[in-house]
Amino acid sequence: MSDADQTGAVEESVPQPLPPHATKRGAFGVAGSGDTSGFSGLVRRVANPAVLPAGTPRDLWGGHAPTVDRLSAALAEAGVGDEAIEKVLVDRDELTVFVSRERLLDVVRTLRDDPELRFEMCLGVSGVHYPDEVGRELHAVYPFLSLTHNRRLRVEVTAPDDDPHVPSIVSVYPSNNWHERETWDFFGLVFDGHPALTRIEMPDDWPGHPQRKDYPLGGIPVEYKGATIPPPDERRSYSG
Amino acid sequence: MTDTTGVQADDVTFTAGVRETTEGPVYTVSGQDWDSLTAEIVGNERVVVNMGPQHPSTHGVLRLILELDGETVTEARAGVGYLHTGIEKNMEYRTWTQGVTFCTRMDYLSPFYNETAYVLGVEKLLGISDQVPERASVIRVLLMELNRISSHLVAIATGGMEIGALTVMTIGFREREVLLHLFEDLTGLRMNHAFVRPGGVAQDLPPDGLDKVREAVVWLKKHLPEYEAFCNENPIFKRRTVGVGYLDLAGCMALGMTGPVLRATGLPWDLRKTQPYCGYETYDFDVPTRDTMDSYGRFRIRVDEMWQSLRIVEQCVERLEEPGPVMVEDKKIAWPAQLSIGSDGQGNSLDHIRHIMGESMEALIHHFKLVTEGFRVPAGQVYSAVESPRGELGVHVVSDGGTRPYRAHFRDPSFNNLQAVPAMTEGGQVADVIVAVAGIDPVMGGVDR
Repeated sequence: MSDADQTGAVEESVPQPLPPHATKRGAFGVAGSGDTSGFSGLVRRVANPAVLPAGTPRDLWGGHAPTVDRLSAALAEAGVGDEAIEKVLVDRDELTVFVSRERLLDVVRTLRDDPELRFEMCLGVSGVHYPDEVGRELHAVYPFLSLTHNRRLRVEVTAPDDDPHVPSIVSVYPSNNWHERETWDFFGLVFDGHPALTRIEMPDDWPGHPQRKDYPLGGIPVEYKGATIPPPDERRSYSG
Repeated sequence: MTDTTGVQADDVTFTAGVRETTEGPVYTVSGQDWDSLTAEIVGNERVVVNMGPQHPSTHGVLRLILELDGETVTEARAGVGYLHTGIEKNMEYRTWTQGVTFCTRMDYLSPFYNETAYVLGVEKLLGISDQVPERASVIRVLLMELNRISSHLVAIATGGMEIGALTVMTIGFREREVLLHLFEDLTGLRMNHAFVRPGGVAQDLPPDGLDKVREAVVWLKKHLPEYEAFCNENPIFKRRTVGVGYLDLAGCMALGMTGPVLRATGLPWDLRKTQPYCGYETYDFDVPTRDTMDSYGRFRIRVDEMWQSLRIVEQCVERLEEPGPVMVEDKKIAWPAQLSIGSDGQGNSLDHIRHIMGESMEALIHHFKLVTEGFRVPAGQVYSAVESPRGELGVHVVSDGGTRPYRAHFRDPSFNNLQAVPAMTEGGQVADVIVAVAGIDPVMGGVDR
């Protein structure tokens, strides 16, 4: 990726509207009761780097630049097209590479096998559900660790809710077997090619995928000394 | 379905239950009724046995599904999920500070690691990692290393019990009790402390805290050699553990194994050395390794690590002689109350109440906002990891800019390492399954979360 390309990408990204879920209302984000602050009409935009369309400009990659450059070069050597890497994000000195799901297997195989990358371990996969990011609702986040080079890297893949499929990387990293089952169990992400994608934490006949944002926490109101305390997801909250 | 399990009082015969399924007959054996069964299954070359989930040797509610050919395990699978409590989901509905109260309960043998891993992630998201006071980090290290000893003691104690070394179990729990008492003195609770908080720790150590730590160190130095004396060269212990649960470096890499299992292959990979956090780079300690790749090597590593932890604890005690703050300066993040036990036995801090009610309006506002609303964490995601007694405990925390975690995921080492059960046990004896699992030292609370 040349500097000119990167500059162009940044300029393009500016006029793009922020995804809807990055918006919060009111001064306190209160939910469940009225906002008496007088700022209830306030609309705040929260920039969540994980869902912003633009990546980090190359000159801000810092010490991570050689890793990304080597990954790009190794992918090119392996005949994998440029579209494999969607964007590169360096945030809080952690490197995240967004990869298109079609190319995930090629990328992780390169990460493991290339001598200059040598990410021997994949430390599982964590799902994140962004229901408002239309077309990219489900994220699968893979933390990688290189013992040889003592480096970490994160690969992030997205899938839409109406086609929740991501290729399984168990053939490359056998350690991800249970982790992918867990993410299927909790988020409904189907890992294509997994040897036995069954639920692991919830009972086999459980309906739904509990860690999705549209799945309620549940709970019952508790009476204590005459007062009734609603379940946690119905209490007054300030997180909106 | 005919279920004839039970005791017939008159002639005292015990009969195993049997029912026919599409997979073949399923027997329910409850003890003392094996004799009625052996005649029936003789000649049946393939027997599938459920070990657990309610088996004392399975470290909690682990279910092992073993396919046996005589005494030989031909196939092994582990089933988990019996202790799933939805901790990660629950954390999404509490403030960032309350999250500590949940995650401390995951791996209940190493609560300080759960707390610290999560809190380091939150601090990284907040961008206050380098503002955490030195004293708070030292207290974290002190508690974590004491916790490593108490966790390894349980690993050795239960592992010993499972192979019949009952004395190792009784002395293991005796020493652990000393440490749990110490935790109670230092944090107020024996387990589930919720003591490490974003920005520091909940309280400073009590005035006699360091003396209590020194007493515990003296006790441990006196009694830790007993484990080595009982086990290291014990022929029975060695014949049960040497060569059992074998997993080499390539296997560890493929299965993502960390902790004592990885170090038993000779690779000195310890996050405290390779990717230090909480100031571990300033402590003087070694990373013990063995090259036997078996349960015996893992046992020896655990004993050696307890000695190394003691070294670190002594260095912490030296550093804690000097007083200092234990919470970040920023009043918009720092939990305000330093609790003390009042004359009524309640945990109020009269000084703090005087301060917020009589002296400082700002302090009252900060207290009110922190307790009801919590603090906001800038949007983004981080992965932070600590070296727990069982390996790399990683946490992936995502914030959307609100007062609650948008997502908190824990990569628990027990969860990952249990995947190695088939590789470690297939082709071995049934009795060795127990030893192999004890070498992994899984804690189901952490596995299932």
